[in-house]
Amino acid sequence: MNTLLIVLLIIMEISQIHFLYVTVRDALNQALDEELERDERVFLLGEEVAQYDGAYKVSRGLWKKYGDKRIIDTPITEMGFAGIAVGAAMAGLRPICEFMTFNFSMQAIDQVINSAAKTYYMSAGLQPVPIVFRGPNGASAGVAAQHSQCFAAWYGHCPGLKVVSPWSAEDAKGLLKSAIRDDNPVVFLENELMYGVPFEMSEEAQSKDFLLPIGKAKIERQGNHVTLVSHSRMVSLCLDAAAVLAKEGIECEVINMRTIRPLDAEAIETSVMKTNHLITVEGGWPQFGVGAEILARIMEGPAFNFLDAPAVRVTGVDIPMPYAKILEDNSIPQIKDIIFSVKKTLNV
Amino acid sequence: DRVLLTGVINISVPVRSVCVCLCFHVTGARVVVSARTYADFTPQATFDIKKCDLHKLEEGPPLQAVLTREEGLQYYRTMQTIRRMELKADQLYKQKIIRGFCHLYDGQEACAVGIETGINLSDHLITAYRAHGYTLTRGGTVREIMAELTGRRGGIAKGKGGSMHMYTKHFYGGNGIVGAQVPLGAGVALACKYLGNNEICVCLYGDGAANQGQIFETYNMASLWKLPCIFICENNKYGMGTSVERAAASTDYYKRGDFIPGLRLDGMDVLCVREATKFAAEHCRSGKGPILMELQTYRYHGHSMSDPGVSYRTREEIQEVRSKSDPISMLKDRMLSNNMASVEELKEIDVEVRKEIEDAAQFATTDPEPPLDDLCNHIFYNDPPMEVRGTNPWTKLKSVS
Repeated sequence: MNTLLIVLLIIMEISQIHFLYVTVRDALNQALDEELERDERVFLLGEEVAQYDGAYKVSRGLWKKYGDKRIIDTPITEMGFAGIAVGAAMAGLRPICEFMTFNFSMQAIDQVINSAAKTYYMSAGLQPVPIVFRGPNGASAGVAAQHSQCFAAWYGHCPGLKVVSPWSAEDAKGLLKSAIRDDNPVVFLENELMYGVPFEMSEEAQSKDFLLPIGKAKIERQGNHVTLVSHSRMVSLCLDAAAVLAKEGIECEVINMRTIRPLDAEAIETSVMKTNHLITVEGGWPQFGVGAEILARIMEGPAFNFLDAPAVRVTGVDIPMPYAKILEDNSIPQIKDIIFSVKKTLNV
Repeated sequence: DRVLLTGVINISVPVRSVCVCLCFHVTGARVVVSARTYADFTPQATFDIKKCDLHKLEEGPPLQAVLTREEGLQYYRTMQTIRRMELKADQLYKQKIIRGFCHLYDGQEACAVGIETGINLSDHLITAYRAHGYTLTRGGTVREIMAELTGRRGGIAKGKGGSMHMYTKHFYGGNGIVGAQVPLGAGVALACKYLGNNEICVCLYGDGAANQGQIFETYNMASLWKLPCIFICENNKYGMGTSVERAAASTDYYKRGDFIPGLRLDGMDVLCVREATKFAAEHCRSGKGPILMELQTYRYHGHSMSDPGVSYRTREEIQEVRSKSDPISMLKDRMLSNNMASVEELKEIDVEVRKEIEDAAQFATTDPEPPLDDLCNHIFYNDPPMEVRGTNPWTKLKSVS
């Protein structure tokens, strides 16, 4: 048995197959580390990012390595430090402004929208704002109403912003690096429940120059019967639902949006023109949400004529998030909700 | 730096006639003078200036300021330019050639001019929406400013920003959201410290904004991190229509920074402002952290063009300030009474300024509006061209960086 293992390992070494499992948290940490190293102007500020190693340990080890100048602990003053971050970006630095969760970004939303997003346009190209706002977004576990809101639709609404929502570890790393190198304001929506989830990290993704393009979705699973479009943690649920449905002969195509704005409508349209059925899946509220936008675009675009059934949305329930586990569980989409919606759409 | 004009002025003085050739830089603190003067104008004089009220400071700016003839003429010219530019804007607004918001700066000229003479163009400055004066002192031209007000393609922001969103190098606007510019200014100061370039940021706000929470958040961080930031409160006694007494539990704005040292001074005296700014700049550059200045000043116009400005204050009050504390008159009187310039010389400057404003207004009213192709440009920087949805699904517009 042992010899078999040794032989296997030797074969793997020779053929350079390195299976590396990296959690989303570590992927983010790698991205931050690599970009801090690469460009002197990049720095991180936020609550507990330095000496505490990050509220969710995303910035672990960075303060030890880079020191006070580049990893800055802020007081609990979001509007103030977000504004300071934007000002620093205007003056030539490349700040990464962490919100402990995006719920707290509401305190600072004026700085994100009016000071960051709109400035390049208002100045007719004189004043770029190369900044990244990042942090966990959406529902967590048992944190109740004020700490569970999804902001994808709110930020996705505004021109001048790029809004990214990674799912896997590769997404997290490649997209965060791209966001930091982007010369424009990027809102980077992470997910607390995904931080600890390990993913296989390809050889390519382990490189220090691994970038993923902002604005391009990824097809995580090919299928012919229905298109499931999702972002962030809900991609996991879509894949799980797809696995269950596959046993019944229903093949779902699962699209991981990766970016909320600019939305890769083309990828979705191409898929819908193949499968003729569309379901969007998100954790956020239904009204004026990400799914609503996707459906509107499909209506207005070439894919409409290929729909065999109305496109529908699977979303969080239209209520503030409750605390009790049974209530919380039933406030966000579950795998059974996706399966149910697929079968209704396919009329099976 | 711009050489604005070269003029030959013949001045008759009782003893002998004089031929003077002067080159002026309107913007920036530096003045190059190639003068062949045989005049008996006083080349420079020392003026007593009012003592500043101090907060958490052992000593303040000097009580005397030295003004050279060249400096005086330059300050006069710049303040007069701002004055006339704002009055022209008033005119154009009433003719409906300027629309939307227009917050005029006349009365407060000594602040913008005095501050600029206390810092360098390589320093940084950010203010709120009453920004036309600063756009000028920071390197903008009257032409570009006026054309921006009239929304033309020759405007400093190509017509896309308007009155409140004008930018130049190291001048971050023009900001419409009251108080939001203060954290931004501290951020600019953070960048200065981070990059170790010995530059500072002047961060302005009004008496109305002074009560904003984000300003206190900024005081805290600027002080903690010793950011090279001069916070300046331009107290013109009214936040829109609300007098300071009705808005602030403490109207000692120079003390509101608490742990931040502060000065309160006469914002109508350009020399006072200059000396205080120099003092404050030195404080910041020496690594002591932020400092706060309160400039007591006054605006002749209402809050904006839609405010006549007399419902919450009396015409008598406005008239009194005009006659007793006008910044341009104050400088003019000082120079004339010390024989640093002649009445004719100053009148000549007035004429030149008037012409500059007229030309700029002419440009601003005849320059074409921005092309419709420009509508969706400048969304992102350094990005490939992209499509932007128009008002309906069939309209796809093009956007380039």
